[in-house]
Amino acid sequence: MSEPKLLCRNVWKLFGPRAAETLRALGTSATPDRLRAAGLVTAVRGVDLAVGEGEIFVIMGLSGSGKSTLVRCLSRLVEPTAGEIIFHRQNLLAATEVEMIALRRHKMGMVFQHFALLPHMTVLQNVCFPLEVQGMARAAREETARRMIALVGLEGREESFPRQLSGGQQQRVGIARSLAADPELWFLDEPFSALDPLIRREMQDEFIRLQSVLRKTIVFITHDFDEAIRLADRIAIMKDGAVVQAGTPEEIVLHPATDYVRAFTAAVPRAKVVRVATVMAPPEGPAPAARIAGRATVAEAAPLFAGDVQAVAVTDGAGRVTGHLHRQAVIDLMLAG
Amino acid sequence: MSARPAPVTRRRPAPALWLLALRLLALWLPALAAFAALLTWGKPLAPWAFDWPDLLTPPVDRWISDFVRWLLNKATFGLFTFREATRALAAVVDAPYQIVRGLLTEGFGAWPPLSWPPLSWLGVIALVALIGHRAGGGRLAALVAGCFGFIAVFGKWTSAMVTLASILIAVPIGIAGGLLLGLAAYRWRWLARAITPVLDLMQTIPVFAYLVPILILFGFGPVAAILATVIYAMPPMTRITLLALARVPGEVRDLGRMVGCTRAQLTWRVMVPSAREGLMVGVNQVIMLSLNMVIIASMIGAGGLGFDVLAALRRLDFGGGLEAGFAIVALAVALDRLSQAAARPRADARRRPYLWAALATLLLAGVLAWLVPAAQNYPRGWQLSTGTFWNEVVRWINVNYFGTLEAIKTTLLLNVLIPIKRFLLGLPWLGVAALLALAGWRLGGWRLALLTWTLTSLIAMVDLWAEAMTTLYLCGISVVIAMLIGLPIGVAAAERDGLWRVVRVVIDTLQTLPSFVYLMPAVMLFRVGDFTAMLAVVAYAVAPAIRYTALGLQGVDPALVEAGRAMGCTRWQILTRIKLRLALPEILLGLNQTIMFALSMLVITALVGTRDLGQEVYIALTNANAGRGLVAGLCVAFIAIIADRLIGAAARQARARLGLEGAA
Repeated sequence: MSEPKLLCRNVWKLFGPRAAETLRALGTSATPDRLRAAGLVTAVRGVDLAVGEGEIFVIMGLSGSGKSTLVRCLSRLVEPTAGEIIFHRQNLLAATEVEMIALRRHKMGMVFQHFALLPHMTVLQNVCFPLEVQGMARAAREETARRMIALVGLEGREESFPRQLSGGQQQRVGIARSLAADPELWFLDEPFSALDPLIRREMQDEFIRLQSVLRKTIVFITHDFDEAIRLADRIAIMKDGAVVQAGTPEEIVLHPATDYVRAFTAAVPRAKVVRVATVMAPPEGPAPAARIAGRATVAEAAPLFAGDVQAVAVTDGAGRVTGHLHRQAVIDLMLAG
Repeated sequence: MSARPAPVTRRRPAPALWLLALRLLALWLPALAAFAALLTWGKPLAPWAFDWPDLLTPPVDRWISDFVRWLLNKATFGLFTFREATRALAAVVDAPYQIVRGLLTEGFGAWPPLSWPPLSWLGVIALVALIGHRAGGGRLAALVAGCFGFIAVFGKWTSAMVTLASILIAVPIGIAGGLLLGLAAYRWRWLARAITPVLDLMQTIPVFAYLVPILILFGFGPVAAILATVIYAMPPMTRITLLALARVPGEVRDLGRMVGCTRAQLTWRVMVPSAREGLMVGVNQVIMLSLNMVIIASMIGAGGLGFDVLAALRRLDFGGGLEAGFAIVALAVALDRLSQAAARPRADARRRPYLWAALATLLLAGVLAWLVPAAQNYPRGWQLSTGTFWNEVVRWINVNYFGTLEAIKTTLLLNVLIPIKRFLLGLPWLGVAALLALAGWRLGGWRLALLTWTLTSLIAMVDLWAEAMTTLYLCGISVVIAMLIGLPIGVAAAERDGLWRVVRVVIDTLQTLPSFVYLMPAVMLFRVGDFTAMLAVVAYAVAPAIRYTALGLQGVDPALVEAGRAMGCTRWQILTRIKLRLALPEILLGLNQTIMFALSMLVITALVGTRDLGQEVYIALTNANAGRGLVAGLCVAFIAIIADRLIGAAARQARARLGLEGAA
């Protein structure tokens, strides 16, 4: 990974009176118990993160794990108690309110769990809103907004009010709005949690499609581990305000760092996270006819073995064959669960 | 108030009922015994416990009066004096009022070639019908036009337009002021903390009490009346603004900040529009309270319908008073429905055609009025009057049933009202304060105890104990009767949808009526005195008793009722064992509201010659004695606050016991 787009160093968020002083006084001995004894509630505890350019970085945790607070710290909607947040080589915690407003207007976009659409505005006006706040002229902002509405597939609903739309459609409006200002950094706070399972699946596919076009740098919050491994380039798992493990979905499923992480990974079929390149053998013997990319998962490769195919050629990004995937390796992995 | 952890007590099995009763007795028996001892033997031993020594009474009323005088004559802000400031404020209010008044009643200019007539009655009716159509469609338009037509037919048009003019000025000021104060309090937490007790006080202190200072500062006239109305109607708007803003989802606020709103953008583009529905409830409140003030405001020069009612009352012309009262009700119904309809979001309504239609209507009405005089002023010959009819009805009742009515009144007075009054007047303030403090301590901890103790002693200290006890006696009896009527009706209505629809219309109407209207029929039949006052208070205060009982019972979780039915409970068992118990907190709130309504009405009944705090305030008003009025007014507010806090704490405790929420 090249230089990270967004860097988070030892970020803390404590709620309660005189939080910053207490934290400074306790220094490295700031355990949750001691903080509680001082009358403070710990929401985020010494988090270090690095999000690369164009990466989907998923923060996964159960309710109360501090993930929503953390993502709000990243945009300073919530003021962190201590730490550094570096974006574009600039420490956001040192930025003035005016600088933060400019950053949020032009560099950041956010999607909310319950959509946060303004009830008194139409779809078009909602999507226009970030641009209107910036002071963009009406014609220009409506043109951009219409493009965004088309991007999320809601053409024809521009004049509807939010209450006239289904949940999935409302979140499409939320997505269009968050993209209207063409942000570099895209925060999604449990965007699909309030939707029905079928719609959720559909919206995840939509999200993958959008990202393949847009290549944004994304921080995605979820409490759903399956959603995390489905979407993430990398995952950070949070518990009690701290990150317990960060890595690619494959690393986390194959090598869970703690029992807490293992509890999540136990039910996940290995074939759905393990990449073909991980289990392939060196390219020996005649080249098989079928080919698959090394970053595909084993589950995605499995249909190629239908009939009596014994091996599949594995290619890298440039299309060169880097190894062979054998039928037995696939079966072994799938039987292991 | 108390920070006792609720879950622990809830997990323990509930103690048996007799144990609870025993525990209650163990606390209250000694307390009551001590109280009885003080009552029986205390008078010779400690007379100061019964009557606060006059020498120690602080002359608070004189201080306040001196302060107001100082404000008026000496106070200065350097560049300008206080008096100049009040004059400037009056001028700012007066200018738009004169314009609206000119539009609605008087026209502009004095000499025929230069004068311009006011809007004709036809024009106004068409205009309000258009507004009604825009806000709520054809039915609302018909209703509003009907209300205004009613006013014209019964010959109250000019008075009603004077009243409407002052309402049209007072309401926007009240809304804007309340909204801005609420927004400021939302932004600065310390301000919210500072104004909450002030708002509590403003809502419980009787209006008469601050009429005097306003009268002194602004003089007799419509401006003073408008300012008094604003002061009366603004606190709920502030409170509702705070509530509505707090109810805007955190995500919406986050969104506003995330798209880079400045503070002003966040407030006016995100928060206020998102809170619109809640805010419109406040707007409706301001309108209704302003209308409620119409009669009282006419005491300091508002004129219009309020003045008609007051003048009729003074002439003992019940019919005329009732008719003017009906006109106020018609105005109230029209404005209430209009503002409620405006609160509902309507996606399809377009503004422009209505604007053109309004202009066309005005033009047409103007031309018509110019051609036909009957279209300008509603002709006298078409007017109806029911005044004589009502007077005849009253005379007929009095001729035929005087004996019966008199017997009912005398029996109740001799056997119920007077004994209770005697008993309460004989109570030592020390004992009452101690008992209230004990109740406060049991229900809400030492803070509540301190509050009730302090407020009770303050009443005794300013030497208004007897008046306060008279207030308590009238209020207490009225509340008991109101609850006795309201509870069964509420229970019956909660069970039957058809009945509830009827009852709701009745109590909605009862609450729209200005409180003076209740006084009239009572005076007609029973003349002045405590009994009449009690009847009027009961009639006014019964609405919340019914409403909260019914809503509380309907709010009981249907799953629990179903569970009861599945276990084979009879209807009666479901009602008494499940519904009434779970609705207890809600019913307690109803009791609280009933008390508040009763107290506010009680002050108005001073007009029919009660001897309580209300009378004290009213006398102060007629003497223009600012200090005396405010002190007595504050005492009424203290009684209200004590009742409110005690009942509020009891409701919280009940709710915690039922597991509906934490004890905190």
